[in-house]
Amino acid sequence: MAKTEKTKAPGWREVPIGGVNPEAGNAVKYNSGTWRTFKPVWFNDRCTQCYLCWINCPDVSILIKEGKVAGIDYEHCKGCGICAAVCPVKPKKAIEMVKEEK
Amino acid sequence: MSKKLVALTGNDAAAYAMKQINPDVVAAYPITPQTSLMEKFAQYVADGEIDTEVVLVESEHSAMSACVGASAAGARVMTATSSQGLALMWEICYIAAGYRLPIVMPLVNRALSGPINIHCDHSDAMGVRDSGWIQLWAENAQEVYDNLLQAIRIAEDPSVLLPVIVNYDGFIISHAIENMHIYDDAGINKFVGEYKPKYTLLDPANPTTFGGFDLPDYYFEHRRQIADAMTKSAKVIADVAEEFSKICGREYKFIEGYRLEDAEIAIVALGSTVGTARAVVDELREKGVKAGILKIRVFRPFPEGEIADSLKHLKAIAVLDRADALNAVGGPLFDEIRAALYRKSDIPVVNYIYGLGGRDMGLGEINHVYADLAGIAKTGKIKELTTYLGVRE
Ligand code: SF4
Ligand code: SF4
Repeated sequence: MAKTEKTKAPGWREVPIGGVNPEAGNAVKYNSGTWRTFKPVWFNDRCTQCYLCWINCPDVSILIKEGKVAGIDYEHCKGCGICAAVCPVKPKKAIEMVKEEK
Repeated sequence: MSKKLVALTGNDAAAYAMKQINPDVVAAYPITPQTSLMEKFAQYVADGEIDTEVVLVESEHSAMSACVGASAAGARVMTATSSQGLALMWEICYIAAGYRLPIVMPLVNRALSGPINIHCDHSDAMGVRDSGWIQLWAENAQEVYDNLLQAIRIAEDPSVLLPVIVNYDGFIISHAIENMHIYDDAGINKFVGEYKPKYTLLDPANPTTFGGFDLPDYYFEHRRQIADAMTKSAKVIADVAEEFSKICGREYKFIEGYRLEDAEIAIVALGSTVGTARAVVDELREKGVKAGILKIRVFRPFPEGEIADSLKHLKAIAVLDRADALNAVGGPLFDEIRAALYRKSDIPVVNYIYGLGGRDMGLGEINHVYADLAGIAKTGKIKELTTYLGVRE
């Protein structure tokens, strides 16, 4: 269950019928960051602010602050590694995947 | 409401009902014996008589999928099929019910392959009996028309929101011409009303998601809701029938007895066989045999209490199944009728599997059943629990 929703889950009479979800964008409330095996680590000092990671992340988990890449949203990042793969910085990428410590 | 006497086939009666309903979307694929229904309906659309969006798809799986999409978008949606077509729709049928989409579907009953056969039996309908679709059964073309008009109201009722199948026997009803009454468009329009969906995908001010992943923490609750809707549909089916009766003068109940009240022996059946059995009962009554019939019009939800009450005075009962459950016991209707009587009576109940793949069920076969019943009523002894009636030995 969602970290941000600690209340008791609703009973069958309260749940919207048919599995319909009438609340747009509520995935933000659901902590899906627990699914990762590897996590991306972002290095500010190497980042050139090219935004390739931000464009390619399928989970909208590259954080932007004041128009600049500012880190990873670990509550929603699934650890797919796309951001690290597309990061063009050489010789060391500005995003590296490291094993998640559980 | 003004009515007119016409001569129509069952399929033409269904097409005429669909024309008067004028659904927003119909997605369908042709299959015998449903084909002439969809041809007739498509003609109404092609001639500009109605403005339904007809979606011609490449299979029944796609037909039901398109129906699900259109219904989730808030449209009033219908389709029609038979046999293998329904079998191909099967997984989407569960989804239509699971998403609570009030799709209405005439099902022109036909045997399932194999070996391949295009003629009537009820194995198609029995294959989706547990899918969450309400099932109405028609005895003749008039009931096809009347049941379809009522089905729209039942399906779309806010306390139901379940899809509805209107069953009728392939060829026997679908292709035979019968005299029946149709009603004026304005009256039907008023009766059917407008569909106001609870949720729709086409409302940007209230965006919704249909078909989300439903894990162990919610799926059970959603299935429980479907069971509740099926239970609640009983009241709606009764109310809609009563309103329809006031308009059209014919009574519609969950079950219908024919000369049943003072009967000693009776058969229970679905569909057109009931019509044939009426003639047999009339003949037997002339000879002093107290024979009767119980027709099941509503199979889902299953009217267990009404069935048990209507049969409790009998001495012997035969359940006629035009499908086999292949459970080494008997047919699907037999199972449920016996369950309905459990702990309420110890009347002997026997089963006849008949008419598979369109094998004729004539006066002789039905007479045979009543003769067996008379013997059982007299002796209280059952010789054969399940008989394959009309099969060559
Ligand atoms: S690992 Fe995948 S999900 Fe996580 S931030 Fe990178 S691209 Fe997005
Ligand atoms: S792809 Fe690499 S360099 Fe480009 S913004 Fe992302 S982390 Fe920075």
